[in-house]
Amino acid sequence: MSVKGSKPKFAMYWASSCGGCEIAVLNTGLKILDVDAAFDVAFWPVAMDAKYKDVEALPDGAITLTLFNGGIRNDENAAMAKLLRRKSQILVAFGSCATEGCIPGLANLSPAREVFDTAYGTVTTENPKGVRPQPETRVPEGVLHIPVFSPTVRTLEQVVPVDYSMPGCPPESHQIAMVIDLVIQALQGKAQLPPKGATIGAGASTVCDECPRQRNVKKITKFVRIQELESVDPNLCLLEQGIPCNGPAIRNGCGALCPRAGAQCIGCYGPAEGVVDNGARLITAFASVVDSNDPVEIERILDGIPDPAGQFYRFNLAGSLLHASRAVR
Amino acid sequence: MVDQEHFEPVIIGFTCNWCSYRAADLAGTARVKYPPNIRLIRLMCSGRLDPTFVLKALAGGADGVLITGCHPGECHYLEQNYKALRRFLLLRRTLVAMGLEPARVRLVWASAAEGVKLAHEIETMVAEIRALGPLRWGHNGTASDSAHDTHAYAMAGQEVSP
Repeated sequence: MSVKGSKPKFAMYWASSCGGCEIAVLNTGLKILDVDAAFDVAFWPVAMDAKYKDVEALPDGAITLTLFNGGIRNDENAAMAKLLRRKSQILVAFGSCATEGCIPGLANLSPAREVFDTAYGTVTTENPKGVRPQPETRVPEGVLHIPVFSPTVRTLEQVVPVDYSMPGCPPESHQIAMVIDLVIQALQGKAQLPPKGATIGAGASTVCDECPRQRNVKKITKFVRIQELESVDPNLCLLEQGIPCNGPAIRNGCGALCPRAGAQCIGCYGPAEGVVDNGARLITAFASVVDSNDPVEIERILDGIPDPAGQFYRFNLAGSLLHASRAVR
Repeated sequence: MVDQEHFEPVIIGFTCNWCSYRAADLAGTARVKYPPNIRLIRLMCSGRLDPTFVLKALAGGADGVLITGCHPGECHYLEQNYKALRRFLLLRRTLVAMGLEPARVRLVWASAAEGVKLAHEIETMVAEIRALGPLRWGHNGTASDSAHDTHAYAMAGQEVSP
């Protein structure tokens, strides 16, 4: 690492996330050396030792680029979002958790009490005294503080303004490499950054547009889970085979990896350009292919989607139209 | 929180140009009374109804959404109302999975001659939503972060054994 202060500063932070985004950054391979060549890494907990107070000590706007992954689950996440917003010139909501809540956001279907009950009170947890974590615990040495749990998972943008969003669970490494290149070129004056608020590192169309499978007129009389089929036609559209594939409403940019590998799109790149609510768009897409005009028969076919909220909002619940309307900034 | 005693439901109603909007019009010219809680929006066809409209209405503070169209087999655009039916059934399942009461969305067929029927359906729906109480989906939060966070702990804390 070069002498501090001679180059623009880079930060990457994980809030409520799994760490997959960091792996995806590492997966860019040699591109990571370009990051080191172009930036001073000011703060990146997974890669180097730095304390929150080091970030606090920086002047406002001192960090040129911050990739923020993870949703906002507790007050520590929220405080770090606000701190990094203040210290960063460009704040990128990086990955599905930061942009739309992702899998942790599904907890928004349950009250916080149930989340705690599941985590600390089910058979897989040995907790005979029924202890629940408290924000303050008194021990002989003093008082311990842990982050305060919020009632819902919020996206980064529901807490602070963000400059760009980069979708994906995790974002594909080649897309990350392209974004890193773009920012480096922009710093050298060779390229222009997209307008604020843009989605970067992804396509503008849908997964179907990148999917090589053959599509005909879709008429479905039964939705099936992929493992229930004896064989899946390798060349035919999955939705046409009754497999609930989210491709029609989901943003491309991944290269349609899952459908190419024989698995349905589960929607990790979020809503395609122009789609306000990807659940609504998927409801339209799925309802259009149901081959019946009889309410009883339609209901029978729809029984094949046992968990519609999970099917249509697996990655998007916290960022969905309905849930975003409840979020508190 | 809204005073339950003085709760006036806000219901957004989507009507189709050829049947249900004319039914509402007929109810008006015939001076059939129905509660003013419904705000009607005219679409060319119930098949134009993007589920986004419904979600946007609920997110924006509506307590319920009424979707209306021509009777099955009588669609001006042949069979778009069947499309609306399929979307409605899947949308309702999704809303229920997200924690809404199924009665907050309702599908009604009404021909241009059925002003009385439409008025009756609106009356029934307003009464049902009034009984359910406000949804206020867009107003559940409080103003500050600290209130947001403390709230969760108050809920989670109830489970701590003494």
